[in-house]
Amino acid sequence: MTHGSGGRASAQLVEELFLRAFDNDWLRSLNDQACFLVSSGRMVAATDSHVVSPLFFPGGDIGCLSVHGTINDVAMAGAKPLYLTAGFILEEGFPLSDLRRIVDSMAAAAREADVAVIAGDTKVVEQGKGDGVFITTTGIGVVPEGVHISGDRARPGDRILLSGTIGDHGVAIMSLREDLRFGTTVASDTAALHGLVATMVEMVPDIHCLRDPTRGGLATTLNEIAQQSGVGMRIREAPIPVLSQVKAACEFLGLDPLYVANEGKLVAICPPEVAERLLAVMRAHPLGADAAIIGEVVDDNHHFVEMETAFGGWRMVDWLTGEQLPRIC
Amino acid sequence: MLPVGSPSVAEVVRYRLRVRGQVQGVGFRPFAYRLATELGLGGWVRNDGRGVDMEVQGPLPDLERLMRDLRLKAPPLARVEGIEVREMAPRPACPNFLIEQSRTGMVRTGVSPDAAVCDACLEELFDPADRRYRYPFINCTHCGPRYTIIGALPYDRPNTAMAGFGLCPECRREYGEPLDRRFHAEPVACPTCGPQLTLHDGEGLALAVPDVLAAALGLIRAGQVLAVKGLGGFHLVCDARQGEAVARLRAAKIRAEKPFAVMAANRASLAPWVRCDDQAALLLESTARPIVLLPREPGGDDQFPGVAPGLAWLGVMLPYTPLHYLLFHEAAGRPRGTAWLRQPQDLVLVCTSGNPRGEPLVTDNDEAFRRLHGLADAYVVHDRDILVRCDDSVLQSNRGAPVFIRRARGYAPAPIKLPARGPSVLALGGTLKNTICLTRGDEAFVSQHLGDLDNVAARTALEETVAHLLKVLDIRPERVAHDLHPDFHSSRFALAFAAAHGLPAVAVQHHHAHIAAVMAEHALRGSCLGLALDGVGLGSDGTPWGGELLRVEEGGFQRLGHLRPLALPGGDRAAREPWRMAASALHALGRGSEIIHRFPHEGAEVVARMLERGINAPFTSSAGRLFDAAAGLLGVKDRANFEGQAAMLLEGLALCRGGTPPLGDGYVLGENGILDLLPLLDHLADLGDPDLGAAIFHATLAGGLVEWAVQACARTGIGRVALGGGCFLNGILRTAVREGLERMGIEVYEARRLPPNDGGLSLGQAWVAQAVLLQKE
Ligand SMILES: [Fe+3]
Ligand SMILES: [Mg+2]
Ligand SMILES: [Zn+2]
Ligand SMILES: [Zn+2]
Repeated sequence: MTHGSGGRASAQLVEELFLRAFDNDWLRSLNDQACFLVSSGRMVAATDSHVVSPLFFPGGDIGCLSVHGTINDVAMAGAKPLYLTAGFILEEGFPLSDLRRIVDSMAAAAREADVAVIAGDTKVVEQGKGDGVFITTTGIGVVPEGVHISGDRARPGDRILLSGTIGDHGVAIMSLREDLRFGTTVASDTAALHGLVATMVEMVPDIHCLRDPTRGGLATTLNEIAQQSGVGMRIREAPIPVLSQVKAACEFLGLDPLYVANEGKLVAICPPEVAERLLAVMRAHPLGADAAIIGEVVDDNHHFVEMETAFGGWRMVDWLTGEQLPRIC
Repeated sequence: MLPVGSPSVAEVVRYRLRVRGQVQGVGFRPFAYRLATELGLGGWVRNDGRGVDMEVQGPLPDLERLMRDLRLKAPPLARVEGIEVREMAPRPACPNFLIEQSRTGMVRTGVSPDAAVCDACLEELFDPADRRYRYPFINCTHCGPRYTIIGALPYDRPNTAMAGFGLCPECRREYGEPLDRRFHAEPVACPTCGPQLTLHDGEGLALAVPDVLAAALGLIRAGQVLAVKGLGGFHLVCDARQGEAVARLRAAKIRAEKPFAVMAANRASLAPWVRCDDQAALLLESTARPIVLLPREPGGDDQFPGVAPGLAWLGVMLPYTPLHYLLFHEAAGRPRGTAWLRQPQDLVLVCTSGNPRGEPLVTDNDEAFRRLHGLADAYVVHDRDILVRCDDSVLQSNRGAPVFIRRARGYAPAPIKLPARGPSVLALGGTLKNTICLTRGDEAFVSQHLGDLDNVAARTALEETVAHLLKVLDIRPERVAHDLHPDFHSSRFALAFAAAHGLPAVAVQHHHAHIAAVMAEHALRGSCLGLALDGVGLGSDGTPWGGELLRVEEGGFQRLGHLRPLALPGGDRAAREPWRMAASALHALGRGSEIIHRFPHEGAEVVARMLERGINAPFTSSAGRLFDAAAGLLGVKDRANFEGQAAMLLEGLALCRGGTPPLGDGYVLGENGILDLLPLLDHLADLGDPDLGAAIFHATLAGGLVEWAVQACARTGIGRVALGGGCFLNGILRTAVREGLERMGIEVYEARRLPPNDGGLSLGQAWVAQAVLLQKE
């Protein structure tokens, strides 16, 4: 494939693949930009670049992942996502059939999420300078009236809710990439969470924080919010849902599921008096069926996140500088 | 160091004396008073922030005699480091010697460690005619709590946990009487005016019982677990002979196999179940009263079922508070006098730290009722607060000189003399078995063992200890030192502290610090080679190190060599599962296909694959993991239940087997300074005799290490080697390496005053930071 520098081949690619897959008036107009009407109130934008190896994995592929990831970032402001743009960096020689699969998957994900992909771009880099395909997506959404969700709003006493099992995505990717088998196959949890978020903010507008624990896992997300809000957190291991295969895989691999990536889970922080109600709302939604209250926000000027382990006793859930470095001396 | 121009013998002279060292709160003023009065000298003595200050007047020979006796006859807990003398103009009339009120001012004196109840107090404790008969808080200037009850200096009652207890007339008289053993004994107390014991049920409700001690012993005999408030924290106590009670304690503490320590009445009671030589007895009976690991007699597991399952050693301590003694006294039927203290007693107690799994000791009564809920069936508490948390110290004494495993009560915070004066440094240590170190002049104060910094409570304890030691030692640090590991809480705390106080921070490589700690305590200057044998510590190249041959100059080091790295499949998980290290060794030997047959675990296949593809399997030169690999290959232990278990079991087997020659071609010394012990592991993999294998492993490892270090000595021209790192807690290895090197005429230095493990890191860090700083100037 030699598309890319604005020549004919590139136009052909856009037309053939994207236009057909994402089909909408904005793309059909073939302008270099998309115009859309804005509503009153607050809008949000989020952008995310997606790099994943392997590109196709149980539960999804880089295409739907790049849609879900950005929709989720928009949704974590409590917003309804409306539009997406997509930028592709393709490695020379990348099979067109694979690209078609990816684009079709993106389109299906966008359609299912009721979000239009309204602009896009493609560049091709020399062989060896990319890893098949990288996709950057940008999302635009609107925040409903009365919703103020932000990572700095966690307050002591607030409850911490988790929408479902953790570690599925990371383990799915790793087991495929390294050809590891842990009994039954673990599928990635990649999913668009805005539908779940919509019911949550509708039923419980007073949610303080929402975040999707992607890279770095639940541990990193909780530490980020703790830092941002200037609070500490005390969570319990017992209610945190982990699939048994994921748990076993993590044990074998020496990984802590708290630090393993997710692509279809969210953490919600809300005042204690609405926590049970929020939990019920989450559980009523298919993407929150395994939701649980996993702990609470505490006053702690060290911003520590600590966990009561399943055996009793407490251990820190620290943020990490990089990879988990061995430390047992 | 007499002043120049000393007057002639008959003349009356007057000296101002400044006594430095551990001289406060140890009965030093009454002692000085007694000496001066006996010699008929005039003058005065008082405490101030810097030590003991005194003036004496009289004939020169008498003054000289006084100064000699001040050093030689000092009370048991005193340690005189120096006496500065200044000649003064004699006063016209100076017939009396007086003890003057303490003067506050710059705090400069060390806080002394806690000390076990002394013989004189024991005599009173068991004398029915004494007013302190069976009083659990008896003490005097020669004994009792110090570090754990001092909130600030100078060491005066209002600055201690005794502040709230007003003295009764009799105690006041003793406290004010210079010739009394309790003159200015700050914690002095009696049944009328002092702290009281109370018994509480499992919910913390006070129980009305006629005699707390009798009731407590009754509960112990009935197989109950008691939380007993001690000096630096609570103990969980039960009858060591009742397997069921021990099992309940294990279940409650969620501690499946990690050994418990026991307390016995005296040395005479130990004979049937452990061997206690004179050196060990000296340690056991010292005022520090540490836990000492003693070799067990055969059949020990039957005597104390479940106390230290399968281990060749048992941790033993003797009573150190009057309360401990009173429990044994009660069990012995309240005999009169102290003769029973020399006779064998039947009662043996399990005494383990009263803390929820892995957290710091509980110190406060209400906190105990809350945090030990479910662990203890009842509580024996009192109303004297514990101001400083302090665990029992642990030493081993089975081979060679005693070695610290954990340094805390009875030793902390006594200073270690450094080779030179330097700027004040605060060093934060590692993350496991953490201690901190503060330096002042040429003294290094290493804190008590603070534990693993993996829970908020331990981190709070770290912070409190830093604040407390800065206060009582009156130190304003000029530098902060920490480990290289960016994710250690101690490193993060160090950086935050440095930023908050505008101080520079120095990162010290883990094994550099291990060796520097040994050099510091031996006051070594210049170059030294270091053999650091350890678990893992982050290396300067970002990889986990742990079997290092270093050349250490004061502020810097050079990595001369290291053990051949092995993969750590699963990172820290490999440290808990020796079979993984065995798998790693098999893989390195090209025998990876054996992994799934040898280890029919779920997961063996995954681990084999991880090794093949290098998934979460960083390479480490760790010596500790080499022990694990050997234990795994010999089938000694697949999964460790507590840190170091596999290595301890391996040492136990080798000890039983006795001396075995090293394997001739068990190691290869590479050109690049790499010591490769894979041939040894290859041999062990096919041996099928764990005892023999354990012995061969120790002998060959030691042989390889010695040859390695000897070559490095020859190459560098440095004739001395310091041994550091947790693996040197292994007595066989330590002895063999030391003897091997000494046979080649090499000077060997070991950790004596601090543990060789991470408990000593803070001293090494502080010393390196000081040296770096001094070099820059
Ligand atoms: Fe270490
Ligand atoms: Mg994202
Ligand atoms: Zn005494
Ligand atoms: Zn009294």
